[in-house]
Amino acid sequence: MGTIRISGAEAIIRCLLEEGVDLIYGYPGGAIMPVYDELYKFQDQLHHVLVRHEQGATHAAQGYARATGKVGVAIATSGPGATNLVTGIADAQIDSTPMVCITGQVGRHLLGSDAFQETDIIGISTPVTKWNFQVTEASQIPEIIAKAFYIARSGRPGPVLIDITKNAQFDELDFSYEKCTGIRSYNPVPKLNLDKVAEAAALINSAKKPLIVFGQGIILGQAEAEFKAVLEKSGIPAAWTILGLSALPTDHPLNVGMLGMHGNYAPNLLTNECDVLIAFGMRFDDRVTGKLSTYAKQAKVIHFEIDPAEIDKNVKTEIAVLGDVKESLAALLPLLDAKSHDLWHNEFKELAKVEYESVIKDELNPSTAGLSMGETIEMINKHSKGDAIIVSDVGQHQMFACRYAKFNSTKSNITSGGLGTMGFALPAAIGAKMGKPDREVVAIIGDGGFQMTIQELGTIFQTQVPVKIVILNNEFLGMVRQWQELFFDNRYASTKMINPNFVAIAEGYHIKSKKVTQREDLDAAVAEMLASKDSYFLEVMVEKENNVFPMIPTGACVSEIRLS
Amino acid sequence: MEDKTFTISVYSENNVGLLNRISGIFLKRHINILSLNVSESEIENVSRFIIVVNTTEKWVQNIVGQIEKQIEVIKAFYHTDEETIYLENALFKIASSLLFDEKQIQNIIKESQSTIVTVSRDFFVISKSGRRSEIEELYEKFKPYGIMQFVRSGRISVSKEKMEISSLLETFK
Ligand SMILES: Cc1ncc(C[n+]2csc(CCOP(=O)(O)OP(=O)(O)O)c2C)c(N)n1
Repeated sequence: MGTIRISGAEAIIRCLLEEGVDLIYGYPGGAIMPVYDELYKFQDQLHHVLVRHEQGATHAAQGYARATGKVGVAIATSGPGATNLVTGIADAQIDSTPMVCITGQVGRHLLGSDAFQETDIIGISTPVTKWNFQVTEASQIPEIIAKAFYIARSGRPGPVLIDITKNAQFDELDFSYEKCTGIRSYNPVPKLNLDKVAEAAALINSAKKPLIVFGQGIILGQAEAEFKAVLEKSGIPAAWTILGLSALPTDHPLNVGMLGMHGNYAPNLLTNECDVLIAFGMRFDDRVTGKLSTYAKQAKVIHFEIDPAEIDKNVKTEIAVLGDVKESLAALLPLLDAKSHDLWHNEFKELAKVEYESVIKDELNPSTAGLSMGETIEMINKHSKGDAIIVSDVGQHQMFACRYAKFNSTKSNITSGGLGTMGFALPAAIGAKMGKPDREVVAIIGDGGFQMTIQELGTIFQTQVPVKIVILNNEFLGMVRQWQELFFDNRYASTKMINPNFVAIAEGYHIKSKKVTQREDLDAAVAEMLASKDSYFLEVMVEKENNVFPMIPTGACVSEIRLS
Repeated sequence: MEDKTFTISVYSENNVGLLNRISGIFLKRHINILSLNVSESEIENVSRFIIVVNTTEKWVQNIVGQIEKQIEVIKAFYHTDEETIYLENALFKIASSLLFDEKQIQNIIKESQSTIVTVSRDFFVISKSGRRSEIEELYEKFKPYGIMQFVRSGRISVSKEKMEISSLLETFK
C-alpha cells in the first residue's frame, strides 16, 4: 500500500475513517486543536457532536456503542478534558462497552514538567481501561489507533484510551493504514473445547431443575438466535441480569424475569433450589448473587464465558466452557435433549403469582393518589409496543424501568449496570438515538441524575436529535431515601431535593415539554411524546416515598428476598 | 484457605506502563507485594516479572487471571516454594579495617560461601546469594561488627516444571 505525507492530526482522522467511524463525541481544547482543525476539513465524512461536558461525550459514545454494537468514540483535550472522561471510561470498563477515547496531551518536551493542562491521564485511566497508550511521535499513530480499535471490540469488549502529544499531532508522517488483526500477547477468544461442551450438555440433560441465567455476553456475542434455540429446545427457565435484558423478548414464555437485588421473586428464590445453574455471558456480580456463601450452593454450576478471569472468580463452577458464546451455543444445541420441564416451570409460575399479588398489581394499578413509576413505564410500553430503546439512569426509576419495560428486540435496554453512574442516561440516549435513528429512544431519568448531566439538553437542542426524555420526579434521591427508610431508621439525610422548574429549563433549550401531575393526563402525554417527531421532555410527578420491591438487602442471601 | 507464599511469574511484552497495570491488580485487592523483580527472560524482547506474595491459593488464581487479561501479558504462572528453585542476592558493605583486624570475619565469609566483590581502602563488599533465611543468618553474623550498608534483591526463581512459554509464542507466529 502506498503512503501519503500528512500531519499526525490528519492521520488520526484518516484512521478513524478507516475504522468505519462516522460519528464522534467530544469537546475541544488547546492540546487537541490540531485534530479539531482537521475535523473542520473532514466534516463531510466524520461528524463531530459537540457535547456540553466531556463526561457526556463518553456516555454518548457508550449509548451509541450499546445500541449499535459498534465502537463508540470520544475525544477531549488534555488535563481537565481528559479527567472528565474518567467516569464514562470506568462505566464502559465494568459494563464491557467498546469505546475508543482520544485525548490530546502537552508536547513531548513538556511531559512530566507539570505544564499547563498536563495530567498523567495514562496513569489515571490505567485501572479503568482495557488498554491505554501514550503516543509521542506522529509515526506511531496508525499502528496504535488500529490496535486500539481491535482491542476495544475484540473478545470481551472494553474502553481504550489513546493519549496523543501535541507535537505528534503537528508532525508529519508517511501515512498508510492497516487494520490490526492480532496481537501476539493477546488472545481475545479462547478456543472452544468441544469436550467441555459435551460434558455441559450431559449435565444439562440430566438436570431435574435446571435454571439458565444470562447476561450481556449474549448481546455482545450476537448470539441471541443461538440462545433462543438452545432455550426452546431445552425448555429451561431463563432469568436475566440487568445487562442481559432485551437479549430475549420480554414476553418469551421461557423468560422468568430479572435476577438480583431488585429482580423478580421466582428466579431469585429458585436459584437456591435449582440443581443445575447454567450461566451464559454473565459474571456473577454481587448485585446478582447476594451473599456468596449461600448462593446456589445446592446447584452444579456451568459457566459459558469468554473471559477466563471470570471463571471461579465469584462462584465455583462444575464445568467451565470458555469461548465465544455464539459458537458454544451452536455446539451445544444438537447435544441437548428436547424437554419442557413443566413441573419446574409451575414452581416459577406460582411464585410469580405471589409477586404479582403483593407487588406488581399495586405498582401497575396503584390505588394511591400519586402516580407510580411502574404505571408510567407501563404506559410507555402501551404506546411504544415494546419497540423502543429504553435508556435508564440510576436509582429507583432504573429498577422500575428494568423490571417493567417490555422489549421485543435486542440491544434495547441501555443502562449503567456495573458502575451505577447517575447522569448516564441523558447523554447515552443521545448516542443511542444517533446510532439508531430509526428507533424510538426513551430516556428514563430521576430528578437527581438528570441534574448531573442536565447540560446535555444543549447538545439535544443543537443537534436536534429527537430523543424522548421522561423524568420521574419524586423530589428525592429516591433509592438512597429507600435505604434510609429501611436501614437507617427513616433518617433522610441529604436526600430531599428542592428542584427547579424543569419544564422551564427544557423550554429554555427549546425542547417541547410537558409536566404531568394527575393520573388522567398520563396516557395522552405519553402518546403525545411518542408521536412527536422532535425531542420531547416529559416530567412525571410520582409518589414521593415509594419503594422498589422485591429487594434482597445487601449481604443477604438470594432466598431472603423481601416482598415488602 | 490458609495464606502461603506464592511466586507469580509473568511473561510479557516489554512495554511502558505495564508495571503500573500489574501493580494495580495487587493494590485493588490490598495484597502486599513482598518482592518484585523484572528482567529480560530467556526469550528475546520478552520480559519476566517475578512477584512474591503471601496470600491464599484462591486469591493468587484470581490475580493470575487478571494479570493474564492485560493485553501485553503473554502468560502468567504461579508456584509454591516447593515448586521452584529460588534465591535472592544481597550486598553487605563493611569497613575494611574489620577484614584485617577481626579474624572471625574471614571465617564467616568462608563458611557462608559468600564472595568478596571488591575491597577498597575504606570498605569491602560481600555478595551473598541464597534463600532469605541464609541471607538473614549472615546478616546476624555481621551485625555485631557493624554493617555500613545492606541491600537485598527481589526473589528470582525458576520453576521445577517446564513453563510452556516458548511453544506458546511459536503458535503466535
Ligand atoms: C454519580 C453518582 N453519585 C451517587 C450515586 C448514589 N446513588 C445511587 S441511586 C441515587 C439516587 C438517585 O436519585 P434520582 O436520580 O432522583 O432517582 P430515584 O432513585 O429517585 O429514582 C444515588 C444518589 C450514584 N449512583 N452515582
